[in-house]
Amino acid sequence: MTPSASNEPPPPAEPGRAVQKHPRAVRWMHWVNFPLLAVMIWSGLRIYWADDVYRIGWGGWTLFAFFPDGFYEVLDLNRHLARGMAYHYFFGWLFTINGILYVGYTVVSGEWRHLCPDRHALRDAWHTALHDLHLRKTPPPQGRYNAAQRLTYVGIIIMGAGSVLTGLAIYKPTQLAWLVTLLGGYTFARTIHFVLTLLYVAFFVVHLAQVVRAGWSNFWGMVMGYERLKPDEAAGLADSDTEPPEAP
Amino acid sequence: MTTPEPPSRPPRETDQERAVRLQAEMLDAPMISEAAFRTKSRRAFVVGGAAALAGFLGWRWIGTQHEVENIPFLLREGHRLNEQLWRGLYNPDRLAPTFAVSRSRMPIANGSLGLRSDLDPDAWMLRVEGPDGALLDTLDLAAVQALPRVEMTTELKCIEGWSEIVHWTGARFSDFAARYVNQLPEGLPYVSLATPDGDYYVGMDMASMMHAQTLLCYAMQGAPLTMFHGAPLRLVTPLKYGVKLLKQIGIIRFSAERPADYWTERGYDWYIGH
Repeated sequence: MTPSASNEPPPPAEPGRAVQKHPRAVRWMHWVNFPLLAVMIWSGLRIYWADDVYRIGWGGWTLFAFFPDGFYEVLDLNRHLARGMAYHYFFGWLFTINGILYVGYTVVSGEWRHLCPDRHALRDAWHTALHDLHLRKTPPPQGRYNAAQRLTYVGIIIMGAGSVLTGLAIYKPTQLAWLVTLLGGYTFARTIHFVLTLLYVAFFVVHLAQVVRAGWSNFWGMVMGYERLKPDEAAGLADSDTEPPEAP
Repeated sequence: MTTPEPPSRPPRETDQERAVRLQAEMLDAPMISEAAFRTKSRRAFVVGGAAALAGFLGWRWIGTQHEVENIPFLLREGHRLNEQLWRGLYNPDRLAPTFAVSRSRMPIANGSLGLRSDLDPDAWMLRVEGPDGALLDTLDLAAVQALPRVEMTTELKCIEGWSEIVHWTGARFSDFAARYVNQLPEGLPYVSLATPDGDYYVGMDMASMMHAQTLLCYAMQGAPLTMFHGAPLRLVTPLKYGVKLLKQIGIIRFSAERPADYWTERGYDWYIGH
């Protein structure tokens, strides 16, 4: 605690030097979700090991089978079905509750504005990708998140809901028979549940690379919530302080 | 800062206007001074570090607790809480989906625990016991087959993950249990089933046993059970994983206490209800 900082609110006239990027609730839920999802994937793989049927291939020809024996052995995923289930059904609730709280907070607080893609999102996301690959000089306009981020982050929320729903369907296929039917049957729901897991891992790899690319202050903003204004942002703020001309 | 929108909005905002709006949206958030930023940064370092450490220690704590039936105590409690939740939501009238017989297939015979290959189905007798283990009845297969015959095509789910649609024939357990209603105390909550030598045993809750799709099954895919599928009589229900569907039933005991369960003792959930 620093008495001088907490007792004295910053004077409203001064624009300040750092802007809030992530409210406290979002930061907590993001960082709680990370280990929870890791536990879900880890325990899920221990369950999957018992009947590891999925592969990429056609007919008798297999390009890649999920997963090679060495994968299970190195990560100690083999012969732990009972524990896998025990962890999965325990942490699944924490994952679900955290996800519901996150969506609820995002909607109620208005944070959804920053996340929701607009009608230019696909075009902008394409431009962002080109810019990231150094094939385009300027990035498209963006708010807190660029269009590629918005699409991805909304996508990951929908994926989370998909994992919970397919998970519940294969967890209680008789009690929730309507859900199983809605999701195309037990085996199909199980397949979606697995594919979503692969997509989380793919997301994680890209997310991590982008965080590294974006630099420390962006990462630290996810921890402490604020990021120092960039010069152009400070300039934009100064502009908005001057009264805009009246619309005709 | 929002300005009231004029009633007739221009149909399209220009790219420039959109860029300005997006940046304004981003900056429409609390601002703090450099000094406050530093304070918050320091505090986040301490709180974040403490939270990460607490999470790590909590994780370690779960895995190192004393074990109850081969899994850490807290995870066993998790199974119990899940059981309470889903028992509360259980509706005895809700039926599992049924399928066309043409979609059914003979599943693999997964596991032969407790099965005796030398068992003579003609000499086999089912032993029925009351809560104290007292013998209520012994009966042969013909007596079970004399009960109303039920055919159903439901999906068998293995705890390993695979599933198979199977056509089953048998008698409802509820019809079977009705034979003993006068000999048993009311409201017994459990049933124990075991192979003839007692090598494999499962515990079932009475609600699941009395469900209309819980059968004492004597035929699969229209043919009498083979030895590895549990001849002459096995349990079938779409309310549980295959591990509970005991083959070659030797003993059925109505029970006041929660019966022992082979796989529960090896770390699995006792209820594993569907």
